[in-house]
Amino acid sequence: MALFASLVVFLISNFVPGDPVLAQLGDILASDPVVVAQWRAKWGLDLPLWERYGIFLRGLLHGDLGQSIATRRPVLEDIVQFAPATVELATISFVMALALGIPLGIAAAIWRDSWIDALARVLSLVGVSAPTFWLAFIMLAIFYGWLGWAPGPGRLDPIAFPPEGPSGFFLFDTAWAGDWEGFADTLAHLILPAIVLAAATLGLITRTTRAAMLDCLQQDYVRVARAKGLRERVVILRHALRNALVPVVTLGGLAYANLLTGAVMTETIFAWPGLGRYTFRSAAALDFPAIMGITLVVSATYLLVNLLVDLSYAVLDPRVRR
Amino acid sequence: MTAILDIRDLVTVFHTDRGPVRAVDGVSFTIARGETLGIVGESGSGKSVTAQSIMRLLEPPARIEAGQVLFEGRDVLAMSQSELADWRGASAAMVFQDSLTGLNPVLRILPQVSEHVVAHGRMAPPAARRHGIDLLRRMGVASPERAAAAFPHQFSGGMRQRVMLAIGMANEPSLLIADEPTTALDVTIQAQILDLMAGLNEKFGTAIMLISHDLGVIGSLCRRIAVMYAGEVVETGPTAEVLADPRHPYAWALAHAVPRLDTPVTARLPSIEGMPPDPLAMPRGCRFAPRCAHRIARCDAEHPPLTEIAPGRSVRCWVTMDGRQLPPPSLPAAAAPPRATEAEAPLLEASDLIKHFPLPRKSLFAKPELVHAVNGVSLQVARGESLGIVGESGCGTSTLARLITRLHAPNAGNIRFQGQDITALGGEALRALRPRLQMVFQDPFASLNPRMRVGQILAEPLRVHGHAAPEERVAALLDMVGLNPAWAARFPHEFSGGQRQRISIARALALDPALIVADEPVSALDVNVQAQVLNLMLELRARLGLAFLFIAHDLAVVRAFCDRVAVMYLGRFVEEAPAAELFATPAHPYTVALLSAVPEPGQRRIVLGGEPPSSLRLPQGCAFRARCPVARPICAEPPPLVEIAPGRRVLCHAPGSLQKPR
Repeated sequence: MALFASLVVFLISNFVPGDPVLAQLGDILASDPVVVAQWRAKWGLDLPLWERYGIFLRGLLHGDLGQSIATRRPVLEDIVQFAPATVELATISFVMALALGIPLGIAAAIWRDSWIDALARVLSLVGVSAPTFWLAFIMLAIFYGWLGWAPGPGRLDPIAFPPEGPSGFFLFDTAWAGDWEGFADTLAHLILPAIVLAAATLGLITRTTRAAMLDCLQQDYVRVARAKGLRERVVILRHALRNALVPVVTLGGLAYANLLTGAVMTETIFAWPGLGRYTFRSAAALDFPAIMGITLVVSATYLLVNLLVDLSYAVLDPRVRR
Repeated sequence: MTAILDIRDLVTVFHTDRGPVRAVDGVSFTIARGETLGIVGESGSGKSVTAQSIMRLLEPPARIEAGQVLFEGRDVLAMSQSELADWRGASAAMVFQDSLTGLNPVLRILPQVSEHVVAHGRMAPPAARRHGIDLLRRMGVASPERAAAAFPHQFSGGMRQRVMLAIGMANEPSLLIADEPTTALDVTIQAQILDLMAGLNEKFGTAIMLISHDLGVIGSLCRRIAVMYAGEVVETGPTAEVLADPRHPYAWALAHAVPRLDTPVTARLPSIEGMPPDPLAMPRGCRFAPRCAHRIARCDAEHPPLTEIAPGRSVRCWVTMDGRQLPPPSLPAAAAPPRATEAEAPLLEASDLIKHFPLPRKSLFAKPELVHAVNGVSLQVARGESLGIVGESGCGTSTLARLITRLHAPNAGNIRFQGQDITALGGEALRALRPRLQMVFQDPFASLNPRMRVGQILAEPLRVHGHAAPEERVAALLDMVGLNPAWAARFPHEFSGGQRQRISIARALALDPALIVADEPVSALDVNVQAQVLNLMLELRARLGLAFLFIAHDLAVVRAFCDRVAVMYLGRFVEEAPAAELFATPAHPYTVALLSAVPEPGQRRIVLGGEPPSSLRLPQGCAFRARCPVARPICAEPPPLVEIAPGRRVLCHAPGSLQKPR
């Protein structure tokens, strides 16, 4: 699957009307045919298409994703450097979306057509339909520019040094080192982009939880549970919720994969040094090796998350087990 | 006797977008301690809504608008939520129809059986677990310790219904409300569950309110009966009296519309035409008047009250409220079945059919397991004859139907139709066969494409086979099955279940077939609608000279429709005989048990233990041996096919050794 995706991207990026030569060398150097030919030979761009793909595959088998044309560093190193920032942001967003979306969806289903249901519906509509760039600018304008409650773009204060730490997750690393000032600074910088990134996921999770819960509350086994004389709290938590979680898990898994790989817009606006911004820069520079590397990581992430979702079905629903 | 449940003038209204629907409209009855009351009526008559109103399980848009529900003198409708939770499941319990959706799929059996024992403070969790396992054992669940840890989907329907009963009985309530508890089950399993409920009533004095559309089920368990129609009780009294001498015309029709095993076969079944009234626009007078054959002028003008006509008997009817009786139905007896002349070759002849299905492999290297669906069936159907095939679910009847119609190809054996060998037909030859051999399916909702108009559904086979003028033929077909030809432009969802089954029949008739294979064509229908559809099929058969292969689990229906009957068990015919003889003197022990399991008032049952063995591993010797009340050592040998009389074949070492109980 990941290989197939890499082939598709390889072909598409090679047929894109655009030349990395121009993007890298600039107008003056690119007008000199000797320099261009040298440069092409250096990066292997003079070889036939299939041979270039072969080289890529051979490197892949040795754990080598090639060298980035733009950063002049191995792509793998770039990815390892940028990934923690993205994972940290995506995970915080995901936890926020779940922690708010699931209870809100449940409450909306239980008190259907009440004010809380209306709130849930408005919130999920806005979350799903508000464009990310718009939401990001509005949040920045209000909470950074106007109220000054939140710090500006970036992962840390511009004058602060990134924490020394084993993981690259600043929250973890600062806490590990006992640097609570750094921890607070990291958290403050995380909040706005996390909210912006979480908005769409929150909308989807709320809506799915509400629909699944409404469906489960109509089921006969819920009626049986009520006929047993169980308290309503037990009926909902023990009998309805676990059945309702199955579709939420499916969606949650896909949403998490989406957050990990689709934060291009948010990361660019918030100057977040993550994979999303790396993707944007590589694409703008027609940096083929980097694009290929990112594609592989993205498809591998989706495969892994889908596997985890499938495995969690078996935990949630005994009918799936064999 | 003190009343445990006393319902007075209960009114439950559904506030729909199109207006209020009074689903339960002034229902009153009482149930005494230890009594059994049956409530009967067609779907939509308000039976289930009454039950759920009593338990206060209804949710908006349904609302209880008037009346009282008194349980041991306490007003259930006035209880607070917490009082209600204390009362439900402890003093009054309910068992629902569908045990598949009624059990929580993600929880193990034991917590579902015992959680409310703990919740009501009856026992500590460890004691409740032991109590739960004990309950499962008492309800006849095989190896209860193992079952306790299983999940619902690992159980058969009969076992799940036992679990539902265990849930209901966990706190030994004084009232058990059972809503169609056996409707989805096979007759032998149904007999086991009814026995169980009768035992609970006898041993613990549990009062039972049993809701069913099946008069036989109610008659075999309940002392008293209430008949409901359009949200009202129209007749109540002792079951035996109401069934023998119904005084309300609707009760009368219900009692006679059900084909029974102990009355002579008639050429048609009594049925009432028309449909129940629109609940949004109830008639001003008697609600049954538009369909009633005994109607007088007063019926259209005034709404009749429920009037006592004898001690313990009341009826809601202007005609019979003065104590008058309704006349018994007078219908011509059925003509003797046409005997196939020996000279004529049979229309359909199948010999030694075998069909196996491989299950998905458990692992890469495991041998795939085989489901032995059909294991050597031979049959013949003469022109114009109808052969009934009877069997419990999973015994291979549907697979046999699909083999005969060549939707499946058999693994072995031979099928000849109109003299042509169709066993291995394919492609164009198979397509040419289709018009002559048609099928009617069980589920009238699933077998019609919801996105096609009825006219398109009927014209499709005509077009496929190059019929010249489909439109005229469609109109003629609709007329033939008793539907208005102008309805061809409607979609299937605009029709009731019975009307849809008529459309299915019209579709099968479209190409003038010689044989129709009907797989449970009436089992999804209400009794009265079932009688209407059966009448239609009887009439078409006589008029068009059609032959039928008629598959059903309901023996009385088969008796009313078929000339010959074959009884199927685990993929084989165990007995085959002319209908009259089979029902009078069944020879195979399984046939005898099956016949006695049909719930009929006053009949003694032979209750078979256990369930049919798995078709994954066929037993050695006689397949019925493990459940047979008269099994003997020789039954470990494969049984011989004995012809005990001309046309009567029995697969048994000792045919006739089990007698029907009297």
